[in-house]
Amino acid sequence: MQSPGHWGGTEPFRILAADGTPVGDTAVGLDPEALRDALRRMIVARRLDRECIALQRQGELTVYPGFEGQEAAQIGSAIALGPEDFVFPTFRELAVAMVRGVDAVQYLQYHRGTWHGGPYDPRATRFGPICIPIATQIVHAVGHALGTKLDRGTGVTVAYFGDGSTSEGDFHEGANLAGVWRVPAVLLCQNNGWAISVPSAEQTAGEIWKRAEGYGMPGVRVDGNDLLAVYAVTRDAIARARAGEGPTLIEALTYRIGAHSTADDPGRYRSDDEVEAARVFDPITRFETWLRAEGHVDDAFLAACGEEAEAFALATREGVIATPAPPAEWMFDWTYAEPPGGGWARQREEALGG
Amino acid sequence: MAESWTLSAALNRALLDALDEDPRLLVFGEDVGRSGGVFRVTDGLQTKFGAERVFDTPISEAGIAGTAVGLAFAGWRSVIEMQFDAFSYPALEQVIDHIAKMRERTRGRVDMPITIRIPAFGGIKGKEHHGESPETYYVHTAGLKVVVPSSPLDGYRLLRLAIADPDPVVVLEPKARYWGKEEGDLTVDGPGMGEGRILREGTACTIVSYGSMIARVLVAAETLAAEGLEVRVLDLRSLSPIDEDLLGAAARDTGRIVVVHEAPRTLGMGAEVAARVMELAFDFLEAPVERVTGWDVPYPPASLEEHYLPTVDRIAAAVRKVVAY
Repeated sequence: MQSPGHWGGTEPFRILAADGTPVGDTAVGLDPEALRDALRRMIVARRLDRECIALQRQGELTVYPGFEGQEAAQIGSAIALGPEDFVFPTFRELAVAMVRGVDAVQYLQYHRGTWHGGPYDPRATRFGPICIPIATQIVHAVGHALGTKLDRGTGVTVAYFGDGSTSEGDFHEGANLAGVWRVPAVLLCQNNGWAISVPSAEQTAGEIWKRAEGYGMPGVRVDGNDLLAVYAVTRDAIARARAGEGPTLIEALTYRIGAHSTADDPGRYRSDDEVEAARVFDPITRFETWLRAEGHVDDAFLAACGEEAEAFALATREGVIATPAPPAEWMFDWTYAEPPGGGWARQREEALGG
Repeated sequence: MAESWTLSAALNRALLDALDEDPRLLVFGEDVGRSGGVFRVTDGLQTKFGAERVFDTPISEAGIAGTAVGLAFAGWRSVIEMQFDAFSYPALEQVIDHIAKMRERTRGRVDMPITIRIPAFGGIKGKEHHGESPETYYVHTAGLKVVVPSSPLDGYRLLRLAIADPDPVVVLEPKARYWGKEEGDLTVDGPGMGEGRILREGTACTIVSYGSMIARVLVAAETLAAEGLEVRVLDLRSLSPIDEDLLGAAARDTGRIVVVHEAPRTLGMGAEVAARVMELAFDFLEAPVERVTGWDVPYPPASLEEHYLPTVDRIAAAVRKVVAY
């Protein structure tokens, strides 16, 4: 078995085997500095993810959805984007958000319950607000891409979503509109094997990437735990879109090592053996092994990454804990551009004791 | 002599003028381009403004609404059409979860200047799903505004105001009134967003209504006048927010309120109007608020329509009842 999880059928595009041995062309256009940076980002992101789970356990975050195991799928794709590109994420894309420059403490306000999922500036970071409805952001991405096309812009819009999303009507509507309008978009599915407790085999009977043909766009299946492969297919899809050749559907096969969220107990629906077996495909180990073999990283570099990850996790922890509940008037401040009348202002006074 | 307008033509002109004024305004939906809309509201717009700004979409209501969200992120303003009342429901998730909440979610950084046009209500002898009154689904969603024109000139005004509004506005267009005519000049001057209007003065009672029911209310008012009962007619126009000033004044001045709508009674606008009247003017009331509404049943087949819709007789009887109380 070359991939973890429940997927049969078509073998995904892969550059590094699970043990870090190259099985394809590793010259994907990332120089040694960029390769090291990608590994550094993966290490920092994983450390932060674990810190967030600890913060939840300590009562500093409400519910947190971890992404351990998906670092290559997220960072490998995100580093293929340019500054003019725009991401519409799910609630599990913290590693993508970090690549886009979203402030982690701002991002985590959603999980702290001090605001909804968009307190950072989505237009400045070009990373949309996070929320939990499934698949709806796919259509937003298509609309945004249509806007770019009408503006004759060069940006590409990327929708991130999971395998469970592909069962929703909004996946179909978004993919169909993207195909019909030939918009500069990339539809990027991280198939992590599980939609809470339902395995991908029970989510859909076919292969997700193959649906692309029905929407009149290319589809590609990639090993989502292989950073080089994810980067290469995303880069190609972005280039196609930027050249006016329309959207691409990417299915990245990966594995959700942790629970769906801190409120979920995966012991109820999958075995520890399955999870342990999946660790063999760990994206960080794979990439690091290859980088070491190539002589691009050494112990000193890895030690520095570890230190940076510790410091970043600690700083984020401090920032999160220092974030207070917002004042109650914020409930009313942004519902409408102007107070709408009709007794709404009276409700505000009643709520605030004014 | 002033020109005569149907509601369909007035709304068409509102879209034309808005597209003319704002180069970043788009109009899209099912059959709005080449065909000009099943009620002709978008007739000729694609020819005039091109297929990039006025375009047909696949049959995809959630897709249409979600596309407008993404376009707003990209700085575009959208007028989207849901072809019929009951066909707007696939888009409810996008409307309620995103269009209504994006401004709040982003702390005001991302506006949703989206106008959602929905041909709505009954009275056209339509099939099942072509006669529904969906207003309270939208009224109950914070972040949205909801307006309902009752006449061509006010239709022009309300649609222009909705398009200009920085917040999302649902415009429910009474299908039964699309071809009714009104003479006058099209203008945005007059009552604004969130404001009602008085269509007839009187002191015996106030009838509060909106949309297609206004025509029947005015006929009932004529009938009652012949009996010596002069009633005030308040056209709400805006269901969210409600014009509390006009409603409160009506309750204080006339002491009696009859509210008329074709939506089912339970938790319809009548419930809200009755509650507001109590909050605003309980001490002035001479009689309980009376509701004349559709029934708590699905909208009936065409042959039974008049057994469902408030009739002139039911409206007049309700007024006599509260006056005699």
